[in-house]
Amino acid sequence: MATTTSDVQIDIDAHDAHHGPEKGLLRWVKTTNHKDIGTLYLWFAFTMLLIGGAMAMVIRAELFQPGLQLVEPQFFNQMTTLHGLIMVFGAIMPAFVGLANWQIPLMIGAPDMALPRMNNWSFWILPFAGVMLLSTLFMKGGGPAFGWTFYAPLSTTFAPESTDFFIFAIHMLGFSSIMGAINIIATVMNMRAPDMKLMDMPLFVWTWLITAFLLIAAMPVLAGAVTMMLTDRNFGTSFFDAAGGGDPVMFQHIFWFFGHPEVYIMILPAFGVISQIIPTFARKPLFGYSSMVYATASIALLSFVVWAHHMFLTGMPIAGQMYFMYATIMISVPTGVKVFNWVTTMWRGSLTFETPMLWAIAFVILFTIGGFSGLMLGIAPADIQYHDTYFVVAHFHYVLVTGALFSIIAAVYYWLPKWCGRMYNEKLARIHFWWAVISVNVLFFPQHFLGLAGMPRRIPDYATQFADFNMISSIGGFAFGSSFLLLTYIIVSCIRSGEPIEDERVWESAKGLEWTVATPAPYHTFNEPPQKDKILSESSHVGAH
Amino acid sequence: MQSHNQYFVPHGSYWPIVGSVGMASLLAGFASSLHGSALGSGAMVLGFGIIIFMVFGWMGQVVHESEAGTYNKQVDRSFRMSMAWFIFSEVMFFAAFFGALFYARNFSVPWLGGASNNFFTHQELWSDFKAVWPLIQMPDPSKFSVPKDIIHAWEIPAINTLCLLTSGATLTWAHWALLNNKRNQIIAGLAATIILGIIFLSLQALEYGEAYKHLDLKLSSGIYGSTFFMLTGFHGLHVTLGTIMLIVILMRVIRGHFNPENHFGFEGVAWYWHFVDVVWLGLFIFVYWL
Repeated sequence: MATTTSDVQIDIDAHDAHHGPEKGLLRWVKTTNHKDIGTLYLWFAFTMLLIGGAMAMVIRAELFQPGLQLVEPQFFNQMTTLHGLIMVFGAIMPAFVGLANWQIPLMIGAPDMALPRMNNWSFWILPFAGVMLLSTLFMKGGGPAFGWTFYAPLSTTFAPESTDFFIFAIHMLGFSSIMGAINIIATVMNMRAPDMKLMDMPLFVWTWLITAFLLIAAMPVLAGAVTMMLTDRNFGTSFFDAAGGGDPVMFQHIFWFFGHPEVYIMILPAFGVISQIIPTFARKPLFGYSSMVYATASIALLSFVVWAHHMFLTGMPIAGQMYFMYATIMISVPTGVKVFNWVTTMWRGSLTFETPMLWAIAFVILFTIGGFSGLMLGIAPADIQYHDTYFVVAHFHYVLVTGALFSIIAAVYYWLPKWCGRMYNEKLARIHFWWAVISVNVLFFPQHFLGLAGMPRRIPDYATQFADFNMISSIGGFAFGSSFLLLTYIIVSCIRSGEPIEDERVWESAKGLEWTVATPAPYHTFNEPPQKDKILSESSHVGAH
Repeated sequence: MQSHNQYFVPHGSYWPIVGSVGMASLLAGFASSLHGSALGSGAMVLGFGIIIFMVFGWMGQVVHESEAGTYNKQVDRSFRMSMAWFIFSEVMFFAAFFGALFYARNFSVPWLGGASNNFFTHQELWSDFKAVWPLIQMPDPSKFSVPKDIIHAWEIPAINTLCLLTSGATLTWAHWALLNNKRNQIIAGLAATIILGIIFLSLQALEYGEAYKHLDLKLSSGIYGSTFFMLTGFHGLHVTLGTIMLIVILMRVIRGHFNPENHFGFEGVAWYWHFVDVVWLGLFIFVYWL
């Protein structure tokens, strides 16, 4: 196959290629441009993050002191449930898809996503699903109050009417995710610059490719689970009803068969982001590129065979507990490979600490803490003590907040100047970083102690011996929550009035094809695929040279 | 390989937002009607209509673009990859229900009967319960429709297996004819496939009628009825969809669409049909036979 690219032709109308987007608001409704759609995803995710965060503030306010002060227990349960659902399905996942939309075509030298109209649909399902999910709060009997894991029979026999709206919201979110994932696989496999080999791809692209596979494999299982819930609730089936020969524990198996891959869906793209940022500010190629790729793939495959470590207390046979314990702990090997590779990339590098790097380093340290507490939870006999306590809450907030969310914030600081051609206020950004990183530890670290001492999760009231750490945690929570007001200001003022930048590279040592297009990134990029020498010289890892 | 390096980026489109409005209306209407809202079923029908409008409009546009020669090999590959991965997602959806079936057969039903370390579960909950499969008598029969009998494998289901296996062959015949540009044979092969699909669906409707009217085997017949109707029902839905898609493809062939080099629409539907076939084999073996 001849790979000369000089005779490349563009199949978009001439007038379309030369000027930018359409005028007016309808542009956003009908757009097929990956940058527009990425922006839509990111603003949707940010809105949901603030809504979910407000719910977290309600939770922390109620837990500020023992006793019931502010909200009814039933409403408290609705808050914990919707906080989890909105953060997982409304904030973290769409934010990563937004980053994928913006960055993957830029990083692989493609003009757009493979299926731009379907890309639009993947996004435009989300606002409808989000509204349907939030509307449950205002329905008769209140919103779902059974936790984001919606275990049967709480979600079937004992759930409010609004649960059926919740079920369909999940169907829609899943449909959107599957279409988005299919699009990403087709883009990476088919739209990549002809001269870019798989092992030339930036790690963010690799991690998203593998994440997309996880999404296509896991989301339909979730759709199956909520469909069974729907028929159990309304049409007389007995999947989760022992009286008919089913089993509520079966729900947990099906849910976690989705749920465990889901947690890697939320962290693998984060690994990709961090693997882009650290080499830039360490001014060194990424250490162990190929081992990073293989580690990501190993984590993804293992994620399908460890689900029942969420269920050690359901009366599983000992052999089952042993298997799931060892399989789970095996995941720490490829994860450890990643952490060591990041550290080794920084080792003897010419480090500078611009804001994206600060967030990336915080990610490496704090995500590792979350990883260690995960190891503790993975040990079946120890889990008897930790199960359903605040230790679990602390664990998954360390991996999801200081892990996934921190990487998203890092990514926004890293790529926003490229997207809008303006620099954020570095001084304010540093204040924001230290504000957030200190408060988030005040918020979540004491929850380890609360959990080890036996405070159960998902309760509005607690025994008085837990009072001090809860108050500390709540103070940290309010501080962390308010830090997002500053982040909002920093982002909006950057976009509106940040100092303009002309440099294509933005960051001195940044490598990657996204840094070879003009700043701000033009509406259409890579109408011609980049050449081989450019791809290789822009590679941030050694293997490609 | 000139076409390899041409990119196709479509213009903005209203079809996605139309689809979203339709989907939201259909599902919100469905959920409301489950709780007795008068507007619910109206919204449902409206949403369904909007979705049909969107599918025909959007697909029609794609067919038009394809016939106008707008697409190139790269677009064709994107379509193929997407269809393959979409079918994989469907496999995983059915896997959830097969998983429920295997879990019920191997774990929950035997455990309710006292197997493994569940002696006291059996004693405490329903001590009269006997764990057998197919599960006719549920642990607490008062809540459910107790069937007189089940659908046996070597009656209608066996004929249906024959139908679908034959339809796979006739579809491959049509595909072979397409590759060799024998237009009449494409039409014959497709028509035969569609007829076999319709026979399958009619026989399944007959079987469902028999189960509901004479056997009292219903969706509410415990875990047996649940897994039986959900698995065969979703499969039947897929056969219905596949048959409609085959009819569209047949009409396109009659209008002269497709050629030996360029016929993704045909192949995508063929893949889907074969996938539905394979699911049926799983159903026949694990739901009806064993």
